[in-house]
Amino acid sequence: MQSTVFTPWEDPDAKPLIRFQNVTKRFGTFTAIDDLSLDIYEREFFALLGPSGCGKTTMMRMLGGFETPTEGRIELAGKDIVGVPPNKRAVNMMFQSYALFPHLSVWDNIAFGLRRDKRPKAEIEARVAEMLKLTRLEKFAGRKPHQISGGQRQRVALARSLAKAPKLLLLDEPLGALDAKLRQDTQFELMDIQEKTGTTFVIVTHDQEEAMTVASRVAVMDEGKLIQVATPDRIYESPANVYVADFIGDVNIIEGRATPGEDDTYAIDWAEGEVPLQATSATRFDKGQTCYLAIRPEKVTISTDRPEGAVNAVQGKVLDIAYLGNLSTYHVELPSGMVIKAQTANTRRISRRSFTWEDPVWLSWTVTGGVLLAG
Amino acid sequence: MNRLSWFNTVSLTLGFAFLYIPMVILVIFSFNASKLVTVWAGFSTKWYGELLGNEAFLDAAWVTLKVAVLSSSIATVLGTMAAYVLVRGGRFLGRTLFSGMIYAPLVMPEVITGLSLLLLFIGIGLDRGVLTIVLAHTTFSMCYVSVVVSSRLVTFDKSLEEAALDLGCSPAQAFRLVTLPIIAPAVISGWLLAFTLSLDDLVIASFTAGPSSTTLPIKIFSAVRLGVSPEINALSTVMISIVTVGVIAASLVSKRSMVRQQKDEQEAARAQ
Repeated sequence: MQSTVFTPWEDPDAKPLIRFQNVTKRFGTFTAIDDLSLDIYEREFFALLGPSGCGKTTMMRMLGGFETPTEGRIELAGKDIVGVPPNKRAVNMMFQSYALFPHLSVWDNIAFGLRRDKRPKAEIEARVAEMLKLTRLEKFAGRKPHQISGGQRQRVALARSLAKAPKLLLLDEPLGALDAKLRQDTQFELMDIQEKTGTTFVIVTHDQEEAMTVASRVAVMDEGKLIQVATPDRIYESPANVYVADFIGDVNIIEGRATPGEDDTYAIDWAEGEVPLQATSATRFDKGQTCYLAIRPEKVTISTDRPEGAVNAVQGKVLDIAYLGNLSTYHVELPSGMVIKAQTANTRRISRRSFTWEDPVWLSWTVTGGVLLAG
Repeated sequence: MNRLSWFNTVSLTLGFAFLYIPMVILVIFSFNASKLVTVWAGFSTKWYGELLGNEAFLDAAWVTLKVAVLSSSIATVLGTMAAYVLVRGGRFLGRTLFSGMIYAPLVMPEVITGLSLLLLFIGIGLDRGVLTIVLAHTTFSMCYVSVVVSSRLVTFDKSLEEAALDLGCSPAQAFRLVTLPIIAPAVISGWLLAFTLSLDDLVIASFTAGPSSTTLPIKIFSAVRLGVSPEINALSTVMISIVTVGVIAASLVSKRSMVRQQKDEQEAARAQ
């Protein structure tokens, strides 16, 4: 059966659109990108995610042609593009500040790149009209950038960068300047436009929720290195290490020592005088090796009594309750002083809150609920 | 409207009196019927009439205008280029030295600038005339243009130029199509500054002017040495009016564009 799921990165014959080969970029003595190799495939919506200063913007600027790598090769559709100036690349960029030309109208901003190619007038007009329609800006074609709202400016920037139908579109923190509600709507709009145009998108963001929402694959970066490149669900459910687990979403990390059992099961000694915790792991741990059990708060069940037959159960008392409307997060303090977060969905509108501050409670999770990490 | 306290009223009156009384007296006496500058003998505009018939003054005015237009235009081109390289050129060898050196003429005594230019022109055998004044004025007003333009370029969002490159512009096209239109107000005010400086200059012009190319300030200065005549008052009043009209026009234009921009932004916010 032919799979319709879009996963070119699992196909060994697929040719990547972009290929970073052992790329290093240094600014003076500072190494921004450290011997990094990465393949990005056509039609992907690829997110570079990391804290500020991790090198994600440098990666994007190298793709745009605004920085040259100190060492290594960057290929676009099989050709080395190192040294090709930005105006000679089939790559367009949407800038964080939008960089709309303030002296030109919305229409002229979108037509700017097409005019540089000396395309016939009728073709330019048709293409600009198409872009205005795609981004729902028809009404604002005659306005100047300072005469429209932030969200509209963002769409003009997108339309302008898409007008030349680039092979690759780079988006530098494209939604950073929008408020939360507008940002969510725009995320879906971006995905929609990416699907309609079939363009490969590479987005740079420090917002993990945004990366998870829009991207087909996410690369988590830190200090110029790729920590993990995977689909959003794999990044979330099977993080490669404690850094990724901690960076993406909320997590409880319990440090302990592993003792191998049967069927990839490990017993983890985590506190003096406590029953060892049970977890499975595909990667091998030696007896006595230090390990970290990462458990997402929503995988932890909170109850008054010890649940029957629970593999992992610990007792504590409620320290704090964060009510978020759809969810409630309980901070539970264990006798050792460690705080574990447990999350429950508030599925009923009217219900008595079962637990309150200082209540003694049991926390439990299954043997596969947590991920065992080496570091 | 707030009423001013007596202290503020006094400060305001004293300050403005200090600034404007000399000019007001000059303007009043330009309408004096008497030939004696300090004795009032009734209202008359005859000195303005005589001014129009004075070939020497008209010639000097024409030279001054030519010099001011030419030198400020050349200074604007050179000053803008210098500012662009110093702000945008990145860190090249000797950048700090160059940016320090371009501002040095701002604090250099005019006498020294004038003298060194005179020596240069004599050295290369260039006859003194309109050309030498233009060159001299370009030299000293260029750094003023460069200061004005570079202060605008520093706040200029560099990603605008990058966006132009990204959309297919060569660096020269990016400058012409994006940078220049946006920094145009700074370039224009740089030009105006250079123009006024050239119009006002006495010291450098007197070093570099030839016998056939006297500028208005030189003419006025030498005429005053023979005694102040009401004709000079009339000429000065004309110059004051031109400058006043220019300043008011410039501020009106900038105020109108500011008001329009504010209105646009309010509308945009409402449309959200």
